Amino acid sequence: MSTPAEKHALRVSGETALTLVAFIVFFTAFLAWAFLFTKPTIEQSARSEKLAVLNQILPAKLYDNDPLADTLTLPAEPALGTTVPSAVYRARLNSQPSALALDVVAPDGYSGNIRMLAAFNAQGQVIGVRVVEHKETPGLGDYIEPRKDKNKERPWISQFDHVPASLSAQNWHVRKDGGTFDAYAGATVTPRAVIKAIYKAQKFVIANRQALFAREAKDGLAKGQNGR
Amino acid sequence: MWITRDEFRDIATKGIWKQNTSLVQILGLCPLLAVTTNLVNGVMLSLATLLVMALSNFAVSSLRHFIPYEIRIPVFILIAAALVTVVDLLMNAYLHGLYVVLGIFIPLIITNCIVLARIEAFAAKNPPVQAASDGAMMGVGMLWTLALIGALREILGSGTLFSGIDLVIPGAQPLQLLPADYPGLLLAILPPGAFIVLGCIIAVKNWIDARQAERALKQANPLIAGGCQ
Repeated sequence: MSTPAEKHALRVSGETALTLVAFIVFFTAFLAWAFLFTKPTIEQSARSEKLAVLNQILPAKLYDNDPLADTLTLPAEPALGTTVPSAVYRARLNSQPSALALDVVAPDGYSGNIRMLAAFNAQGQVIGVRVVEHKETPGLGDYIEPRKDKNKERPWISQFDHVPASLSAQNWHVRKDGGTFDAYAGATVTPRAVIKAIYKAQKFVIANRQALFAREAKDGLAKGQNGR
Repeated sequence: MWITRDEFRDIATKGIWKQNTSLVQILGLCPLLAVTTNLVNGVMLSLATLLVMALSNFAVSSLRHFIPYEIRIPVFILIAAALVTVVDLLMNAYLHGLYVVLGIFIPLIITNCIVLARIEAFAAKNPPVQAASDGAMMGVGMLWTLALIGALREILGSGTLFSGIDLVIPGAQPLQLLPADYPGLLLAILPPGAFIVLGCIIAVKNWIDARQAERALKQANPLIAGGCQ
């Protein structure tokens, strides 16, 4: 039925397809090897990165456990601004809850989400905040990151280190809006978003601190570790 | 098999100056705009691109006799994408701080037209050593351009140089070139600043080339050049 030319074309396309498949198989195998080869190091560096941020907001004298292993997974929580499940790292001293750190997202930054890691003490008071990821204007709103802050002695974000427990709702604002927080001139949208998000998060932590520190998360912790 | 001195010199001049990716071919503008807000970022992304280009040119050139002409583009992309992914994984593992800063622009190296362009235009037709040199030298061209743009933008924009160096060499400190109370020039940090700086560098390069061409013309034929004046 088919002419020799058609047979030839069929053979050529078959061979070409096989060559392509061979290349794909070879390079997929190469990628799989590279993935497995780098996996332990990548996990290690992700862990030490997280630990480095944690160490900035959780004073080492506050805990004697491994907060990265003592975790609880929270579902998406509007009060924290999170839209995906996030981890809570619990710090304990002599097995007593002493502090915890969790993800807080300010959805109303100048350009998109500002993702933070915030630490709270056993009473639920904020004791430290670090910005993990943001897209604020370079040179204008990015001073929320201590590395970009011109004031190296006392970066803006360190105002959250010692917020008095008695601070009223009205005081949780930048000075310009009648609160007690400083903000650099020219960029108030960014600090407003951060302060509002941390205030909401603190209310959430105070209201839920029993559950957040609960040991019940033992199996949540096991799941969390194997799942990763 | 090996490469002669003249061949290498020719490849190097083309990559570094005559066919400079950013100044002559104007390729890879997206990472150029986004990443050159400081010197370190520009250099490190260029190094990653250089590595990918040298490796992918070498791989394609070595395999060029096994790649059917009809499906060469998918195979080229497959090879280059695999190498980009490997570089991405390696940076994530061993230069994690920098990996976080450069973020999406490392995987996006594959969309930089220059990678495929050098594979198709050079590696597919030349032996492996020449192809690898071409990829590396094109990368060097990109490297010095992005380093220059990054340095200028960083000095103008924030008054520092080498900020973020601690992500590559732990403990190293950036230089404060302008007084610490320098207010910064936001325009230089934002993408339009990159366009302006790039435009100025292209203008300087064209000026140098034009002057050289004029001089060469004068040497070749003093009469004509004299008549022009």
